[in-house]
Formats: sequence, structure tokens, C-alpha cells
Amino acid sequence: MADLAIHADRAVPREPTAWARLKVNRNWLGFWFMMPAAAFLILFLAYPLFLGVWLSVTDARIGQPGVFVGAENYEWLWDDTVFWLSVFNTLLYTGVASVIKFAVGLYLALLLNENLPFKAILRAVVLIPFIVPTVLSAIAFWWIFDAQFSIVSWSLRHLGLISSNIDFLGDTWNARWSVIFVNIWRGVPFVAITLLAGLQTVPPSLYEAATIDGASRWQMFWHITYPLLTPIIAVVMTFSVLFTFTDFQLIWVLTRGGPVNATQLMATLSYQRAILSGHLGEGAAISTAMVPFLLGAILISWFGLQRRKWQQGESND
Amino acid sequence: MTEVLSAKAADPRAVLTAPAADHTEGMSYLETLPRRLVTLYLPLSLILLVLLFPFYWMALTAIKPDDQLLDMNRVSPFWTTAPTLKHIYKLLFETYYPLWLWNTMLVAVSATVLSIIASVFAAYAIVRLRYRGAQWVGGAIFLAYLVPPSILFIPLSSVVFQYGLFDTPFALILTYPTILIPFSTWLLIGYFKTIPFELEECALIDGASRWQILLKIVLPLAVPGLISAFIFCFTLCWNEFIYALTFLSSTQNKTVPVAIVNEFVDGDIYRWGSLMAGALVGSLPLVILYAFFVEHYVSAMTGAVKE
Repeated sequence: MADLAIHADRAVPREPTAWARLKVNRNWLGFWFMMPAAAFLILFLAYPLFLGVWLSVTDARIGQPGVFVGAENYEWLWDDTVFWLSVFNTLLYTGVASVIKFAVGLYLALLLNENLPFKAILRAVVLIPFIVPTVLSAIAFWWIFDAQFSIVSWSLRHLGLISSNIDFLGDTWNARWSVIFVNIWRGVPFVAITLLAGLQTVPPSLYEAATIDGASRWQMFWHITYPLLTPIIAVVMTFSVLFTFTDFQLIWVLTRGGPVNATQLMATLSYQRAILSGHLGEGAAISTAMVPFLLGAILISWFGLQRRKWQQGESND
Repeated sequence: MTEVLSAKAADPRAVLTAPAADHTEGMSYLETLPRRLVTLYLPLSLILLVLLFPFYWMALTAIKPDDQLLDMNRVSPFWTTAPTLKHIYKLLFETYYPLWLWNTMLVAVSATVLSIIASVFAAYAIVRLRYRGAQWVGGAIFLAYLVPPSILFIPLSSVVFQYGLFDTPFALILTYPTILIPFSTWLLIGYFKTIPFELEECALIDGASRWQILLKIVLPLAVPGLISAFIFCFTLCWNEFIYALTFLSSTQNKTVPVAIVNEFVDGDIYRWGSLMAGALVGSLPLVILYAFFVEHYVSAMTGAVKE
């Protein structure tokens, strides 16, 4: 009886209004939460990406919308020796710099992972080349590589190793090795610190067990450290290859692509053609030509070092 | 409790080391000092020397008087006996340098704040609202991270022109977020995932709206992540070059990296002092910021890599 009375008293729950239901609808809320980010990325990333492909098949110039010319820009590039030189330079630059960055970075990470005095400060100091804007450190290197007043030439001359100054940025191959060196200098800290973060997750008990089993240092590295580190190596190297391949600022400060296009990368060439000479269409074609190379580089470094199933606790197939 | 005590009593060494369970020493006692000198300290100091020498050289050149700069035979080039502030003075009072610093700061701070606000919403929606297709959007944002500025700047320059933003700070403030949003969204997704969702369930039961949950529960707990994202984005903005080079043309609007490269190179044989002073002063704000937030910086860098 009392039961019934209570039920009668209770207000019948009102049917929620459409607005009230909308306010808790995931998809509706999600749409609005995504709005700001999506607006930026669509307006300034996705749209220009397609616009770039469109520009590459027109004869657009600065201040003058182009008309569709088909693959003419690409045909033009195909016969252009400077373009092929820039492709060669980019591949050389990316290949050599990435491999050395990886080797030195891994070595530095292993060194920093040892038990050292002032560990924290050392790690902080190592990262400084990565913090300082590339252009500003490249300017310091420009001075270090000066043809007349280079400190490196001066030191080597006073040590009696060379008789005349080295022309770091004026000679074809010297210039190439110099820019590659600066790129490595700037990239090693990033590789080292991220790999160090990976190294710190390797349980020390594995090394202790291996030591008891009589493993050498090399065996420990090859059978414990390296396999456990492959997932993070894959990601780090993908990024490293990507940013080396599309590098622009370092070259622009040190050589502007010179001497005689010896250090011209695809990015610097596209800037020269599109912005300095005003041929937007041709520049866009060079940028678009970078995309297949980029995809290839990403796929190789990603799948080449793919995480294996046993690393996630499953058996290999 | 008694077991622990008796175990400690049995092994006197355990009493000394056990409380902290310190593994930092690891197995390094297995190696002798001379061996460590050759395999560890020597290569480490060589690498550090190469990594840091350019900064020493930059700072030294910035305070060297002009005559010592080019005369390397009379005095040792590795040191200076008469440091001068002439280059820095000239930089700050006879060029637009303070204005360039201000431009860079304005662009970096505005672009970073805009990006972080947009990223917080996006990351929260992807992690917690889980609307239909959230997974795919997350993947698309990661892909956006892989699109490099060097293939975007040509079409973007025509977009910037169309929108009438050319040669204004807005050209950079609105385009930098395309680099920053993918990165910081990805970083914040990782942070938001570590916040226990039970907290949010409690709040929902208490009648809080999503907006209140985000503002009063999630954001306060994600402060370390926000700081990391902020510092890293700020550094990326400061470092950006190709957009600033393409979208700005007048001297007064330039950012520090672009201005140094274009405005200081005037064929003057004594320009090195002011160039290096410019590079030094331009790097200092970042290095100081970094010195205060090393841990956040490293966690941002590794967090972005660890997905």
C-alpha cells in the first residue's frame, strides 16, 4: 500500500528534449570538439596539399593564375639535368646523414645509459644543438667553414696536417660533406635522447642474466638491446629520414644550393624555381615529385624495422 | 615485517643498500677504471666537444673585437683578451633586432596558444568522446604530422595571398598550427589516456557536463603534458624558417632567423661579429626556457615518438 503511494507521488520522468539529448550525443559533441583543429588542418594543410598537385599541372606564375597544361612541367623536369642532380644530392644527403646519425646517435645513447657522474646535466647538454634554431647554429658553422678564416683550417695548419686552407663550401664534394656533417651534428642529439628513453625501459636483469651466462658485450647488444629497441628505432629513423629528405634551412644558410648546384636539394630547387624565379607550376612539380620518394623512404624505414609479434608477447609466425 | 628485518640482519650489505633499492650503479663495478676511461669517458668527451664547440665559437666571436677576429696569427684565436660588447650593442640599438625578436615572440606565442587550445579539444574528443570514426581521425592527424613544410610552402604561399595575409604576422600565426596541431594532439592523446576515466564517470554521475569535466578534471591533471606541448611547440615556431622566408617580405615584419640570414649579409668584411651576436641573442631565450623545463622537453620529444 505504502509502496503504491510512493509510486504515485513520483514525478513521471519527462521525455528529454531534443536539445538535451543532443548535448550528450557523442557524435554531435565530437564534431564541435574537433572543429578548431579540423578547420586549421583542412584550410592550411589538406587544401594546399591538393592545390600543390593542381599547381604542378598548370603554368601558374606568381600573381598570375595558370591554365591546365597537363604533364608539361614534369616532362620539362625529366629532361632537366639540374633536377636530376638535385635528386642525386637529396638521396646522397639523406642516405649518408641518416645512417651516420643512427650509428653515432645509438652509440651516444649507449654511452649516456652507463652509470656516469652528473648524468642529468650531461643529458641536458647533449640536447642543446637540437634546441637552438637550425638557422642560428648553421650561421655559426658558416663562420667555422669560412674559406679564409676557418678555425678548422687554422688548427689543422698549425698542427702541420695541411699546408693551405680548406675551401669547405666552395668545392663540389667538400661542400657536400660539409652540409652533411652539419646535418649529422644537428640530428644526433635527437636520435640519441629518444633512443636513450628506449634503452631505459630495458630491464637490467636481462643483462645480469646474460653476464652470468658468459655473454660478451657485443652479444648482449645484439641479442638483448637491439631487438628490444627496434620498435623505437623504426619510429625515430622514420622521422629522421623524413626531415633530412625535406631539409631546406641548413642548405639555404650555408650554400644556397651552390657551388654550381652541388648541394642543391629538391626543396631548395623548388624554392628557387617557384619563389625566386616565379614559376609556381614548375616549383610545385618538384615538390610533388618529392612525395613518392618520401612515401618510399617512410615505407622502407617503417616496414624494414617493423615491430615483431614476439616483442608484444605473442609468438612469431 | 620481522622477516624483512631478519633478512637484513643476515646480510649486512643489504642493510646499506636495500632501503632505496638502488640499481643505478648496475653492473659497472665489473669494469676497471682505465677500461672505462677508454671505452666511455674518452668517446663521450670527444662527442660533447664536437657538439658544443660551435656554441663556444659563436659566443666567442660575438664578444671579440674586430681586429682580433680576422688576425689569427698575432693572438690565439681560441681566446680573447679584450672582450667587447660592441657587436651586441650595435645589434640592439642600431638595427631592427629588438623588433625582430618581438615579431618572433608574438608569432610563436600566438601560434602555440591557438594550437594547444585546438589540440586539447581534438585530443579529448578522440580519447574520451570516442565519436564514430575517432580512430580514423587519430590516424589522419598522425599522417598530417608527416607532411613536411617543404612540400607545402608553394601552394600555401598562393593560399596566403588569396586570403590577403601576405606579409602580415597572421600569415605565420595561422599556418604554423598546421605543424603544431598534429604534434601536440598526438602528445595530448597520450597524456589524456593516462588519466583514469573513473574520475570522469564520477563527474558525469554528479551531473557535470563534458565542458565542465574537461575544464575542472582533465586539464588540471594534464598540466605536465600541456607544459611539454607548449615548450615543444614554442621551440618549433622559433625554429621555423621556410614559411617565414616565403610569406614575409618587409624588413620590419621578419622573424629572427629570416632577418639574420637576409639583413646582416651585406658584404661587410666585419659582419661576423654582429652575425654571431645575432645568432647568440636569438638562441638565448630558447636555451633559458629549456634549462628550466628539461624534463618536460625530453618527455615531449620521447612522448611524440612513443605514439
